[in-house]
Amino acid sequence: MSRTLTFATRLKKFRLGSSLTLLALVILWLIPTVGLFVTAFRNKDDAYSSGWWTAIFSPLTQHWTIDPFTQALNANNLVSSFISTVAVAVPATILPIMFAAFAAYGFTFLSFKGKEVWFAIIIGLMVVPMQAALVPVLQLFVGFDSWIGDLQMNNPALFQWIPFWDPNYPWHITGEYPAGWIVHSAFAMPLAVYILRNYMMTLPHALIEAARVDGASYYQIFWKLVIPMSVPALASFAIFQFLWVWNDYLVAFVFVGNHPVLTYTLLSMLGQYNQGWQIVAAGSFFTLIVPVVVFFGLQRYFVRGLTAGSVK
Amino acid sequence: MDQQPDIFSYLPDLVFALSAIGIGVLASIFLYWLLNFLVNLFPRRVASALQPYAFIAPVLALVGGFLVWPTIQTIYLSFTTTDPDTGEQKFSGFDNFNSLFGDTDFLSTLFNNLLWILVVPAASVVLGLLIATVSNNVGPIREKVAKSIIFLPMAISFVAASTMWRFLYNYDAGNVQVGLLNAIVTGLGGNAVPWMQITNFKLNDLLLMVIVIWLNTGFSMVLLSAAIKAVPEETVEAAAIDGATGRQTFFKIVLPQIRATAVSVFITVLIGVMKIFDVVYAMTGGNFDTNVLGVAFIKNYFEFGDTGKASAIVVLLMLAIIPIMIYQVYSYRKQEELR
Repeated sequence: MSRTLTFATRLKKFRLGSSLTLLALVILWLIPTVGLFVTAFRNKDDAYSSGWWTAIFSPLTQHWTIDPFTQALNANNLVSSFISTVAVAVPATILPIMFAAFAAYGFTFLSFKGKEVWFAIIIGLMVVPMQAALVPVLQLFVGFDSWIGDLQMNNPALFQWIPFWDPNYPWHITGEYPAGWIVHSAFAMPLAVYILRNYMMTLPHALIEAARVDGASYYQIFWKLVIPMSVPALASFAIFQFLWVWNDYLVAFVFVGNHPVLTYTLLSMLGQYNQGWQIVAAGSFFTLIVPVVVFFGLQRYFVRGLTAGSVK
Repeated sequence: MDQQPDIFSYLPDLVFALSAIGIGVLASIFLYWLLNFLVNLFPRRVASALQPYAFIAPVLALVGGFLVWPTIQTIYLSFTTTDPDTGEQKFSGFDNFNSLFGDTDFLSTLFNNLLWILVVPAASVVLGLLIATVSNNVGPIREKVAKSIIFLPMAISFVAASTMWRFLYNYDAGNVQVGLLNAIVTGLGGNAVPWMQITNFKLNDLLLMVIVIWLNTGFSMVLLSAAIKAVPEETVEAAAIDGATGRQTFFKIVLPQIRATAVSVFITVLIGVMKIFDVVYAMTGGNFDTNVLGVAFIKNYFEFGDTGKASAIVVLLMLAIIPIMIYQVYSYRKQEELR
C-alpha cells in the first residue's frame, strides 16, 4: 500500500515538473513565430528603433498598423506569386496521388511477374535526393524545348489550327507549371506508392474478390471501391504533399522560373534590406497563411497519416 | 507590375493557372482511362495479363524517366568536364573528384555536412522524445495545446523559417539591436555579435542547425508520442510494482519498446539533413564557412556552370545515402515477412 502511495506522489511531483518543462519548451518554440507576427504589424520607425519584444511588453506605445501588408502585397508581386504557387501546388498534389493510387492498387491486389522486385526498387528510391536527377532532367526539358521550338518555327502549318497558338510565343516546358508538376510528381512517387500500398494492404481482400465475381472490372473496382475506402490515406498523403510543394523552393526555382512562387519571392525580398523588416515579416506572414490553415484544419488526418506510415 | 494592381490585372494569371490545373488533371484521368481501354481491346487472357501494367506502367515510366535514368546520367556526368571550346561534356575520369578533394573549401563543406548529420537527427529525436514524455504527464488539454505549438513549424517553409529566425540572429552595427539574441547579449553588458559570421566552434553552423531542429522536433514528437502511448500499461505498472524508479521505468521498459520508431524518425530526419539546402542558402548563402553539399551543388551548377563538378558533389551525396537505402529495403523485407 505504502509503495503505491509513494509512487502516486512521485507522479504528482513529476506532473508539476512536466508542466513547467513543457511550458518552457513551448515558449521557446513560439519565439520566432511571435517575433514575425508582431513585426508584421509595426511601422517602420518602430521596427528599426526597438526589438519586436518591446511591442509585446509595452503595446500601448506602439504604432500598430497593417501598412506592412499593403506595402508587401503591392511592391512584390506577392498576389501573383500566390496564384503561381496554387497553380504549382494543386496539380503537384492531385497528380502524384492519382498515379500512386493506381500503382499501389496494382501492387496490392493484382499479381504480376517481378512485383516484389519492382516494389523493393521503389522502396529504395524513397531516399534518393532530388539533386541526383536535377541537372539531367533540366537538360531533358531544355532539349525538348529546342526540338519543339524548331518544329514550330519550321512547320507553322502543323500548329496554326490550334487555338491560342502564337508563333511569337512558341510552346515550351522549361520554366512553366507542367515542368514543376512532372518533377514534383516523380519525386513524390516512391513515398506515395509506399504509403498508399501499406494502407491498401489493410483493406478487406474478400470484398474486392466478391466484386470481381459480380463481374466488376479492376478499373471499376478501383474507382468505386478502393478509392472511397482509401480516403483517409489519400487525405493524409495529400496534406503532406501539398505542404511539401507549397513550401518547396528548389524545384520551383529550377523548373518553374517563369512563374515566381511565394518562397522565391520571399527569398528575393530577404535580399532587399532597404524594404524594411516589417515588410519582410508581413510577406512571410502572407506566405504562411495557407499552409498553417491547412495544417490546423487537417492536423488530425496529417498526424494519423504520419503515425500510420511509421509506427508499425 | 504597377504600384497599385487591381484585381483584374491578376485575371490572366488566374485563368491560366486554373485552366492549367484542369487540363493537367483531366489529361491524366484520360491517360488511365485510355490505358485501360487499350488493354481491354486484347483477348481476355492477354488483357488480364496486361491489366496490372496499365495501373503501374505510368508510375514506372515517371520514376524511370525522371528519377532513375537522370540519376544514372548524373553519375556519368560526374566523370566529365565541360570542353571550353565546344561546350560539350568530355570524359575526364576522376578529375572532378580529385579537384574536389584537393580543395580545402570543399573539405570543410564535407565536414559541415558531417556535423549536420551528427547533430540534427540526434537532437531532433532526443528533444522529440523529451516533449513526448513530459506531455504525456500533463493532462489532455495542456498536451494538445503544447503539441500543436511545437508541431506548427512542420507547416512552415525553410525560407519563411529563415526570415523568422533573422529576428533572433540579426546584427546591427548601430546601438539598437532588434535581433533578440544580440539584445540579450547587450542587455547583459556584452557587445553585439554578427552571429552568422562567427566561425569559432562552428557557432554560426550550429545556429543554423537550431533552425532545422526547431522545424523537425514536432515531427519526431508526434511519432514518438504515438509510440509511447502504444506501450502497454501493464509493462509500466509491473515495473512500478517491482519498485522501479521513474528513470528505470523509462530507460528499461519504455525506451526499448519505442526503439523502432525512434530509429525510423532518426533516419527520416537524417535523409532530410543530408541534402539540406534552403536554410543555409537563405541565411548565409554558404558563406562564412557554413557551406553544405546541397548549396555547393547549386552554386557549382548555376553560378559556375560546372556541370561535372556539380554532378560529382551529388554522387558523393548518393554514396553517403546508399547504406540508408540498403537498410530501408532490408527493413521492408523483414516487415513483409511478419505480415
